[in-house]
Amino acid sequence: MSYRVSVVSIERCIGCYSCMFACSRFRFGEVSLAKSAIQVKSAGGIERGFVIVVCRACVDPPCVKSCPTGALTPRPGGGVIFNEAKCNSCKSCYEACIVRAVVWDEEKDKPIICRYCGFCTKFCPHNVIVFEPMGRELLV
Amino acid sequence: MINSSLYNVLYIDLTERKYEVQERRDLFEKYLGGAGVAVKLLEEECPKGVDPFSPDNPIILAVGPLTGLYPLASKTVAMFKSPLTGNLGESHAGGRSAVAIRLAGYGAIVIKGSSRTPVYISIFNDQVRIKDATTLWGMRSSYAVGRVLREIEPGAGKRTIMRIGIAGENLVRYANVVVESYRHFGRLGLGAVFGSKKLKAIVIAGTRGVKVYDLKAYMKVYEEIFRSITETGVMSKYHVLGTAENVLPLNAMGALPTRNLMQTRFELAENISGETLAEKYLVRKIACTHCPIGCIHLASLRIAFAPGYEYETLVIPYDYEPIYSLGSMLGIGSAEGLLRLIEKVEGLGLDAISVGVAMAWATEAYQRGLVTDKETMGLRPNWGEDVEVYIRMAEKIARRANEFYSALADGVEVAASKYGGLDFALTCGGNEVPGYHTGPAAIVGFLTGPRHSHLDSAGYSIDQKALRGPMIEEEMVKQIVEEEKFRNVLTSLVICLFARGEYKLEKVVRALEPLGIRTSPEELMKLGAEIQRAKASFKAREGFNPYNMRIAKRFLETPTPLGKLSEERLRDMIRMYIEMAGLKSVYATLD
Repeated sequence: MSYRVSVVSIERCIGCYSCMFACSRFRFGEVSLAKSAIQVKSAGGIERGFVIVVCRACVDPPCVKSCPTGALTPRPGGGVIFNEAKCNSCKSCYEACIVRAVVWDEEKDKPIICRYCGFCTKFCPHNVIVFEPMGRELLV
Repeated sequence: MINSSLYNVLYIDLTERKYEVQERRDLFEKYLGGAGVAVKLLEEECPKGVDPFSPDNPIILAVGPLTGLYPLASKTVAMFKSPLTGNLGESHAGGRSAVAIRLAGYGAIVIKGSSRTPVYISIFNDQVRIKDATTLWGMRSSYAVGRVLREIEPGAGKRTIMRIGIAGENLVRYANVVVESYRHFGRLGLGAVFGSKKLKAIVIAGTRGVKVYDLKAYMKVYEEIFRSITETGVMSKYHVLGTAENVLPLNAMGALPTRNLMQTRFELAENISGETLAEKYLVRKIACTHCPIGCIHLASLRIAFAPGYEYETLVIPYDYEPIYSLGSMLGIGSAEGLLRLIEKVEGLGLDAISVGVAMAWATEAYQRGLVTDKETMGLRPNWGEDVEVYIRMAEKIARRANEFYSALADGVEVAASKYGGLDFALTCGGNEVPGYHTGPAAIVGFLTGPRHSHLDSAGYSIDQKALRGPMIEEEMVKQIVEEEKFRNVLTSLVICLFARGEYKLEKVVRALEPLGIRTSPEELMKLGAEIQRAKASFKAREGFNPYNMRIAKRFLETPTPLGKLSEERLRDMIRMYIEMAGLKSVYATLD
């Protein structure tokens, strides 16, 4: 079964960015808010709360369809797999994802694509994000 | 240490409109960062005897080696010469400020000089720009300034926006700097120093990364600290009710300063308690960057402004200190009134404690006839009777509306020196007093603390220990001295003081190790002592004399839970403090 990170209770987010720091430390071995596949943003002034953007693991991913080099391929069950060696940095995937879950790594000039590892969810103090099997919401 | 970007100090000169970056490995290796580095930069940059409003008075912002790397390493330390006390200005703020500075690639920022026209500074990684802020100057509310800058500057969601309100523009000596709408460099007048430089705001964002020396060890210590903070309840009180949880316990023990400390119990405390605010008004809790606790409590207040179901909705941050200073101290016992006054004070950019204490004094002075309708411009303060009076009074102070309000804007001690009523002008070391009339340790902490704040040594907590079991004065002073040193360590790293229960010295040593910094608890406490001495030396250099401090009669007349305080004993304790902290030589010529 394929898993993904889902944002389930955004109004409980306190904006601590622990999820972003988790991603940057686990995947990139550094402390950064630029290098993270999950993004926390203010919803336009802190009083309005926050927005969390993370790959929704589409079953028919627009980013894959936009990729001219085959660097992005569909993951069985939903989501994408990124092969950096094939990427030509054209940024089509970045444009194709309308929720902006493709983060652009300015330093490497490559996309940052979620690996569905769920590490970030272990550091959410309010269970705003959860790591869950795809399609679970249909069972509820 | 691998992450050498911490050593970068950004020097900005507003007069010359120039900036440069210097590597100051020397400072960060010796003093870690934060308060330790800032006090050294202050020694270097602040000329002796300088007018706090002179272009030569520096603004120093510093973060530390743990900033961004561990949970609750979320604070920035500001140092400057205080226009309120005339000596050490030190103030800390969270929000997004600390992580933004670090990820922009700096350990500290020094701002000197002054602009002839209003400006704001925009820092994005190594791009530093001094931009025109003419249109922002005079804007009615600090919130509006934030809204404008949010639209035109990069780094949404990860940047810090520090700005002053009209109080800072008008050089109110306790004007604050508002950070991310709800946090502040609150105390000792940093906002006025901004204003004197015609500096309206600073926006900082960065996309840099920080690497550690031993990633595996770092991840392990990180996880341990994170779990302890979020799962053991060591910090839960800060999230549940927040600092407002103090209202009822302090009231119950008779330590909640009420009506300018004529009383220590407020009969309406229940109405403005953390519990009432949480149950009726709390709508959201938010956090500083990299703090999984989230102590920032936001209330929502719906106000009908016209007939026909016309409503406006305000979102207002609350904490214990403004509840005390703008609530019980003014006899305001309605949550709605209190929240409206907090909102006003926030928008004006006034330090909530100082302006509350100033208005409490003004109320008593008015009632005793020391000032009349002429001075107050027709406002008739009568404790909680009419909140509108205080809303208008705060505005008049921020605008220095006449001679009387201008005196209040210079601090309650200045006003009382002019109009009488020093006996009930509640300052310690020139700084308006925080809300803990718990006993001798609190007052001695306010008097001896370098910032004259409850944050220096938390004497209120020592008094409460003494309530549970007798403690001699020597022991109290010893604990004050030790706590202050320990806090100097935390504020050099820079760790939020709310996390002091988690970041004990042994834990700090372990947190530093994966960064390639080896130290020991003893070495850290030695550093704490050195910083204590450096701060005292700066204060002494600028004319501070701990031996002849004014102790307002009101502090002595109104009993604490530990009984009435005696001036003689308090002065003895100050001497003990100087001796135990090893500061006799610093103040040698004054004794």
